[in-house]
Amino acid sequence: MWEAIQSNIRRSRAIVVVMAMLLVVMGALVGGAWIGNLEGALVGAVAALMLWLILLLVSMSGGDQLILMSAGAKRIEKEDAPLLWNVVEEMTIASGLGTMPSVYVIDNDMPNAFATGRKPEKSAVAVTTGLLRRLNRDELQGVVAHEIAHIKNYDIRFLTTATVMVGAIVIIADIFLRSLWYGGGRRRGGGKGEGQAIFLILALVMAILAPLFANMLYYAVSRKREYLADASAARYTRYPPGLASALRKISGSAQGQRKQTKQSTARALAPMYIVNPLQLSARGGSLFSTHPPTEKRIAVLEAMSGGAGWLDYENAFKEVTGKGCLPSSVTRAGAGETVAMREASVEADPKQSAVERARVATDILDRFAGMLLIPCLCGVRIKAPAGARHQSLKCPKCGRSHAIPRAGEQPAESAAEAPKTLTHKRQGTGWDSFECACGRAHQISPAMKSGRITCPRCKRKIEITA
Amino acid sequence: MLPMMIGLGVIFVLFLAVAGWAIGIYNGLVRLRNQVKNAWAQIDVQLKRRHDLIPNLVETVKGYAGHEKSTLQGVTEARAKAVSAEGVGPQSAAEGELSAALGRLMVVVEQYPDLKANQNFLGLQEELTSTENKIGFSRQHYNDSVMTYNTRTQMFPANIIAGMFNFKQEEFFELSDEAERAVPKVSF
Repeated sequence: MWEAIQSNIRRSRAIVVVMAMLLVVMGALVGGAWIGNLEGALVGAVAALMLWLILLLVSMSGGDQLILMSAGAKRIEKEDAPLLWNVVEEMTIASGLGTMPSVYVIDNDMPNAFATGRKPEKSAVAVTTGLLRRLNRDELQGVVAHEIAHIKNYDIRFLTTATVMVGAIVIIADIFLRSLWYGGGRRRGGGKGEGQAIFLILALVMAILAPLFANMLYYAVSRKREYLADASAARYTRYPPGLASALRKISGSAQGQRKQTKQSTARALAPMYIVNPLQLSARGGSLFSTHPPTEKRIAVLEAMSGGAGWLDYENAFKEVTGKGCLPSSVTRAGAGETVAMREASVEADPKQSAVERARVATDILDRFAGMLLIPCLCGVRIKAPAGARHQSLKCPKCGRSHAIPRAGEQPAESAAEAPKTLTHKRQGTGWDSFECACGRAHQISPAMKSGRITCPRCKRKIEITA
Repeated sequence: MLPMMIGLGVIFVLFLAVAGWAIGIYNGLVRLRNQVKNAWAQIDVQLKRRHDLIPNLVETVKGYAGHEKSTLQGVTEARAKAVSAEGVGPQSAAEGELSAALGRLMVVVEQYPDLKANQNFLGLQEELTSTENKIGFSRQHYNDSVMTYNTRTQMFPANIIAGMFNFKQEEFFELSDEAERAVPKVSF
C-alpha cells in the first residue's frame, strides 16, 4: 500500500508541476500580449503565480468545512447511526488509517457518498440518507472503503490542488479573452510592433487550448484514482461484490432522481462523489468525465474471481478492457500475494434489516430537525418534538414514564462541573433507569444488583449501589 | 594534481549518493516494522473491546432469559479465560472458545422474541457483530503489514540493508485449524 500511495503522490506532484508550468507560460504570454515586451511577460508570469497562491491559500484554509457545508452535511455521533459509525471504524482499521474520519450525513434521498480532508489525520466521510436507506452492510462497507481509500491515497489533497490550478488557468484565459473584446483598440494605437503581435497570437492560442488541456489532464488523473480507490476498497473489504452491488444501486437510482440534487453545488462537488451525480447514463465515458463509466467499474469488480488483491483487480481490469490501470509499483509490491475473498455476511432477515435501515435514516433526519428520541425499555422508541413542554412522557405500549431531557436548558458547563465519579442508588430490584450528569439515560437490568458502569458519552464511572 | 582532485570529488559524491540511498532504505524498513508492531497492538485493542462488551450482554440477556444459567456461565467463564490468557497460542485458543460460547448464546437467544425486540439488546448485537468484524479486519491489516514488510526485507536491494541491521522476518497471524473450526458462523 505504501508503494501505491507513494506512486500516487509522485504522480500528483508531476501533474501539479505540469499545470504550474502551463499557468506560468499562460501568464507570461498574456502579460507579453498586453504590455508588449519581455518585462511584460515576466510581470504576467509572476502575477499568474500570485493568483494561484491566493486561490490555494483560500482553498486550504477551511476548504473542508466549506465543502461539507455546501453539500448540506451534518455531523453525527455513534448513537445516531451505530451501523454506519461501526462500518467507518471497521474500514479505518482495515486500511490502517490511524485516525477515524468524522462521519457526516446529508439529507438527500439520492444514494451517494464523498470524502474530504487534506490529510488522513483530519478527514471526513459523508453519506446521504438515501444511501443509508438502500445499502446493506456489505454494500455500505464497500462504499465507505472506497471513500477511505481516497483519504488514504491523498486523492483529496490532489483534487483540491488540481482544482485550484485548473481554476486559475481558466480565470486567466477568461480575463484575456474578455480583454480582447473590450480593450482591443488601445493596443492597435500603441504600435509596439511585431513582438506584441507574436505574443498576442500565442496568447490567443494558449487561452483557448490551455483550459482544455488542463481539464483533460485533471479528469484523466481523477478517473485513474477512482480505479485505484475501487481496487483498494476490494482489498480492504476482501469482498468486491459488495462495492459492485452498491455501485449498481447508486447508479440505478441516480438516473431516476437526478433532479433532486441542487444543480449548482452538485456541479462543483461532482468529482468528489463516489458516483458522479450529474452523469446521465452509466455508460458514457468521455475525455471530460470525472469518473470512469460506472458500468465498467462494476464489470471489473464482478470479474474479480477468487481473489481481492491488487493483482486480482489488475487482471480483472485487463480481462474487461484489454489493458491495465494500476501503477506498476502497486502490482509489483503485491506480486505473488494471495488475497482470498471472504464470504458474504449473513443477514438473518433481509426484510427486517431493510425496515431497520429505513428507521435509522428517518431517525437521523428527525434528530436533525430537533426531535428527541427516547428509547423505552419495552423496545418502543418515542419521539418528542424539541419544544415539548411536559416534564415526562408515558410510553404508549408499556406505560413507563420517561423524563424529557432539556437540551436547551442544560448549559455545557454543568456537565464539566459535576464530579468525575457518580453513584446511583438502586430503586427497588426491577428495571431501573437514571440520568448521568451529562444527560445520557442509563438503564439497569434486574440482574445487576451492584457494580460499576462507564457512561459511553462522558466516560464517567458510575457506581451502582443496592 | 587536478585529475586527482576531480577523481576524489567524484568518489566523494558517489559515497554521498550511496549513503543517502542506504539511509532511505533503512528508514523505510523501520517505518514498515513499526507499522507491523502498531497493527499487532490494534488486534489487542479489539480483543479487549470484546471482553468489555460481554458483561453488558450477559446482564441484558439475564433480564429475559435468566434460567439459561449454563450458557451464560459458559460465556462468562470463557471470557475470564480469554482475559487471563497469555502468549499468542493460548490467547488465540481462548478467543476461539469465547467465540464458540457467544455463538451458543446467540442460538439460545433465538427463543426469546421479547429479548430480540429490546433496543438495548439490538444495540449490543450490532456492537458484537462489529467487534467481531473489527477483530477480523485488524488481523487482516496485521497480515497485510507483515506481508509488505517481509517482501521488502527479502527483495534486492533492501535485503542487503535488512541483513546488515538485523531486520528479522515477522510471523503471520494464523488461526490454527482447530481454533478456526471452533468459531461458528454466527448469523445475527
